[in-house]
Amino acid sequence: MCGIVGLFLKDPALQPELGQHLSTMLETMTARGPDSAGFAVYGDGSPELTKITLRAPAQFDFESFGALLASALDAEVDLIVRGTHIVATLPTVEADRALAKIKELAPQLTLSSIGTHMELYKEVGLPADVSKSFGLSAMSGTHAIGHTRMATESAVTTAGAHPFSTGKDQCLVHNGSLSNHNQVRRRLIREGISFATENDTEVAAGYLSWRLAQGESLGDALDASLKDLDGFFTFVVGTDTGFGVLRDPIGCKHAVMAETDQYVAFGTEYRALSALPGIERARIFEPNPATVYFWNHAA
Amino acid sequence: MTTQFSAKTVDLASSSVRQLNEALHALRDGTNVTRWNVLNPRGVHAIAAGLDADVTIEINGDVGYYCAGMNKRATVIINGSAGIGLGENMMSGLIYVKGDASQAVGATAHGGVIVIEGNASGRCGISMKGVDIIVKGSIGPMSAFMAQAGALAVFGDAGEALGDSIYEAKLYVRGSVASLGADCIEKPMDDIHRAELFAKFESIGVAGEIDVGEFKRYGSARTLYHFHVDNAGAY
Repeated sequence: MCGIVGLFLKDPALQPELGQHLSTMLETMTARGPDSAGFAVYGDGSPELTKITLRAPAQFDFESFGALLASALDAEVDLIVRGTHIVATLPTVEADRALAKIKELAPQLTLSSIGTHMELYKEVGLPADVSKSFGLSAMSGTHAIGHTRMATESAVTTAGAHPFSTGKDQCLVHNGSLSNHNQVRRRLIREGISFATENDTEVAAGYLSWRLAQGESLGDALDASLKDLDGFFTFVVGTDTGFGVLRDPIGCKHAVMAETDQYVAFGTEYRALSALPGIERARIFEPNPATVYFWNHAA
Repeated sequence: MTTQFSAKTVDLASSSVRQLNEALHALRDGTNVTRWNVLNPRGVHAIAAGLDADVTIEINGDVGYYCAGMNKRATVIINGSAGIGLGENMMSGLIYVKGDASQAVGATAHGGVIVIEGNASGRCGISMKGVDIIVKGSIGPMSAFMAQAGALAVFGDAGEALGDSIYEAKLYVRGSVASLGADCIEKPMDDIHRAELFAKFESIGVAGEIDVGEFKRYGSARTLYHFHVDNAGAY
């Protein structure tokens, strides 16, 4: 099972409604994945500023962490707390130093994502509760992807929830299961990629990040994954300016897409799309197996 | 005096699919409520599954998975698109979809007719066992996989591996076929086949919309019927 949703806006007028639509889509997919949920939202940003999204344990002292980080970096750090997550926005030139400092100051924090546009939130629990705890419906942005999980390949933990991010502004959600993830993980570890979980999806995310880091386009990286990843999968991936869709050669896992002048939307089931504006007039289609689909905003 | 009903409207915005299906399953022969209108389906699953009555169900909107599954006798009209497994294991009756249909239309269906105005996705007619499926648009990959009986007629194109491991169903495609699956071959289109296809079109009121002479016929080469070690690679 598992449910995937994605919404890529073509019409900037819809940007303030992005979170609201995504939360409705996520909630509709509860039956496919009630154990945890997560989403990545691509919002405003500039190359000069980097957003670091972190997950904190219960009773974490956000206030003193913010003060400590700002003084340690001696730079302006904008800290936003949403539920169990913190988004620290700071100058991109300080990003690497900030990551090292965060590890030193608060080793109990887990890095959720890093990028100039992306914020990534995930938690165990019903999708409606998860999106409410992070205030998803009030978020705006250009595109977003989300996932409701029914755990099959690894434990029900926040770390095992999707999306997985293994590169700046990159994230991936997955419906299905990979049969050769241990083998691919070993191969990627030899290539210098590190993994935080035993999850098969993290391997797929790591695989794409590895290919992208070698200078491949996302389309080529997705094409290559058809050869190297074995199993059942529908992937939806996000980058700073776009989102892509790929299904395995059998087309084993369900997928439906809707395109209008205003947006492109992805859902594991049609009903996830049924509340979108203008869905009655959308072009509805199923992505073909083993075919890369990609939509991009002009950078 | 009792009130006589001839039509009933069920709004799925205020009723559950279970309530609707329970009411439909309770219909007995000779019912006066022969027309049902279903509103606001919004892609939910298993609408009008398991019917066994001479009634017409008109669904106004898009339906989810397994709509009209196991249908017997009923006519189900969908004014929208249909999700996976439309008319799965249908026995008789008619399903008419005004929009597109997802994967596995008429899977294992034994009888009746399914008409899709738009396109159908992959595995259309998988393991079909006697149903007639007519798709006015195109169909996706792996259609008529292991098909055993019945007919699949496609006005548009067919995707990869049409009729893979087919037994005996008749496949008619007007457009292009991306590739044929194991043991599926093109067969001559004779007068008898044109007549048969015309009769099927006539029975659902689409005869004359399209020239049966433009269709090509595909079917089983019958080499995979019994296991033969030389064919092991093709299974």
